[in-house]
Amino acid sequence: MNEAKQQEIPSDARNVSAEIQQNDIRVMEGDSHTLNFGPQHPSAHGVLRVVMELEGEIVKRATPHVGLLHRGTEKLLEYKSYHKGLPYFDRLDYASPMCEEHAFVLATEKLLQVEVPDRAKWVRVLFAEITRILNHLLNVTAFALDCGAMTPSLWAYEEREKLMEFYEGVSGARFHANYFRHGGVAKDLPEGMEDKIGKWVKDFPKLIDDIENLLTNNRIWKQRTVGIGVCTTEQALSWGFSGPCIRASGVPWDLRRSQPYDNYDKVEFQVPVARHGDCYDRYLIRVAELRESAKIIEQCLQKMKPGPIKVEDNKISPPKRKDMKHSMEALIHHFKLYSEGFHVPAGATYTAVESPKGEFGVYLVADGSSKPYRCKIRPTGFAHLQALDILSHRHMLADMVAIIGSLDLVFGEVDR
Amino acid sequence: MAHFFLYTTIGSILLIVLKTFAVLVPLLVGIAYLTWMERKVLAAIMLRRGPNVVGPFGLMQPFADAVKMMFKETTIPARANRFLFFLAPVISFTLALAAWVVIPTNNGWAVANLNVGVFYLLALSSLGVYGILLAGWASNSKYPLFGAMRATAQMIAYEVSLGLVIVSVLLLVGSANLNDIVLAQRHIWFCIPLFPIFIIFFISALAETNRPPFDFAVGESELVAGFFSEYSSLAFGLFFLAEYGNMILMSAMTSVLFLGGWLPLFDIAPFNWLPGPFWLILKILFCLFCFIWVRSAFPRYRYDQLMRLGWKVFLPFSLIWVVLTAGFLMATGLLPNGGVS
Repeated sequence: MNEAKQQEIPSDARNVSAEIQQNDIRVMEGDSHTLNFGPQHPSAHGVLRVVMELEGEIVKRATPHVGLLHRGTEKLLEYKSYHKGLPYFDRLDYASPMCEEHAFVLATEKLLQVEVPDRAKWVRVLFAEITRILNHLLNVTAFALDCGAMTPSLWAYEEREKLMEFYEGVSGARFHANYFRHGGVAKDLPEGMEDKIGKWVKDFPKLIDDIENLLTNNRIWKQRTVGIGVCTTEQALSWGFSGPCIRASGVPWDLRRSQPYDNYDKVEFQVPVARHGDCYDRYLIRVAELRESAKIIEQCLQKMKPGPIKVEDNKISPPKRKDMKHSMEALIHHFKLYSEGFHVPAGATYTAVESPKGEFGVYLVADGSSKPYRCKIRPTGFAHLQALDILSHRHMLADMVAIIGSLDLVFGEVDR
Repeated sequence: MAHFFLYTTIGSILLIVLKTFAVLVPLLVGIAYLTWMERKVLAAIMLRRGPNVVGPFGLMQPFADAVKMMFKETTIPARANRFLFFLAPVISFTLALAAWVVIPTNNGWAVANLNVGVFYLLALSSLGVYGILLAGWASNSKYPLFGAMRATAQMIAYEVSLGLVIVSVLLLVGSANLNDIVLAQRHIWFCIPLFPIFIIFFISALAETNRPPFDFAVGESELVAGFFSEYSSLAFGLFFLAEYGNMILMSAMTSVLFLGGWLPLFDIAPFNWLPGPFWLILKILFCLFCFIWVRSAFPRYRYDQLMRLGWKVFLPFSLIWVVLTAGFLMATGLLPNGGVS
């Protein structure tokens, strides 16, 4: 109550009565006040805490506080064999699990110097793109929800449910799939899965149209997003932006295009780029990427041929269950793989994938043992979160919510 | 019997009490089922089912909610002003109910047939902001304070144009009595000749009731729950009831001012068999459906954007419209009461 009273003192009166100010040390210096936004705020996207200095409703300074979801993933990985470390990646960015696995798996394969069979590559591209759609559907519509539009999120959730059924079909889990493996994928697609995905991907553009109908040309949506949280090209580059956020600022930077991994060099897709770098552009980029991902999925389904889905080398990938029944060697391989794990030759690599949120990288140092010596994870959201202060400068509290929504932050990944 | 109710003191008091209950009881039931209707309509738009567990079609859901609400713990924030903290929901709720005195449900059917019915409604709806303001202030918490601040700014921004919209209706009628306003629409509902300001009125009604896309005062994604962030239990319930009561009230106002109140759609055989209140309820339901429809379709404005909309678009437009209406009526000599009143 005292605070409220002090704020009401007009600024000129404060200058006149300087002596009162000296006597009463509690008189505030400026007209600003501090607001604790999160970590239990409906639009904190998990556990973001922003300490904001506000002037009325205008944000003067915003300091994001991270670490509330820190689980020590990097350290934990050092005590796990490569195989057992994999599920931790699902739990980093829980909105796009398989893409995170992809980075770890590719890094290990680079050190192992193995060539993954073609079908495994296609399956991984297929599911990486399904994951991208999962993530963008969640983000675009959660962003809309942050701005008060409820309906798209419910529509998207239904579609996400269908995608999670594909996840479940291949891995048995709807969310934390743990499906990719060092040297391929865990299992081949079950029968009929390709047809199901093919059928789904044909209907999918209609849903994007529906969501766009509600948002893209909606005047209120545009008023809430156009020119909000503008990030110039220079700022985007210097703050280490990547993914849709940097492409919205006019940098055509997509790892799938610039350093293709797996079979991304064999599919055709556009890299959408926008110029303004505001929330609206980030939204448009994601919607465009939804359509591109659907195209990639179609191409994957066309170009996939039957074949092995993991490397044949039983020092890396487990032997067939059937072989273990009568082959001593297979049994030994199985035992060694699931107890000690495979050994990775000493070396270091930085491998990055274009996760739905941007460049997700793994800096992996191997010492020749079966456990990583060090595994540094480069989260995408962390870099974006850093720029929250400059993006939200002189914006209003409601814009802050829109900016957080448009940056696509997931704290599992930011805090690791 | 008639003598007892009309000419004895006890009788006339009893009559007022009975009339009040005749309005309040259906109203409270209506509020309860409005929450059910909102959830069902929203669910249909979002491709969901909505409440369907408690009772057939989830029809008992409002009562389950009410019971839940009553048994919640009442929490009072530390250093909150207790008196004002509990006064605020009472003010909100009372005002939402008090306005119903003047709403005519059929020719001459109103608890009080006031000559200044419209102004009474305007006065009460302006007072409504005090409930919000006091709640935000008395909570002694920042998010509610923001909500209260926004609500106040919002109230000033659109109430001026809302008043002007009503003035142009009054110009056509020549009376501020709601009964007369409806009777003046016997030939044509005002929503047709006054279509543009009918739209403005409806949008202002959305703002008046703090409904999306103008729900800044509660703006969930920004202010947690806005001015009632700190409320729980029955105090919260009263705000909730007040909000939905206001929705029904504004729908009733829209019906009375623009959609011909209790008048049937066409004054011909199958339509005018149905009693007046039925038509009024039908029109109110239509307006309520629009309220819910808008909620599902639009994102929320930013509150300074509503200021701009209110001051720079609605106010000049409704002002010009009043001048045009008045000018037209003067020029054509169609002014009600022959221009002398």
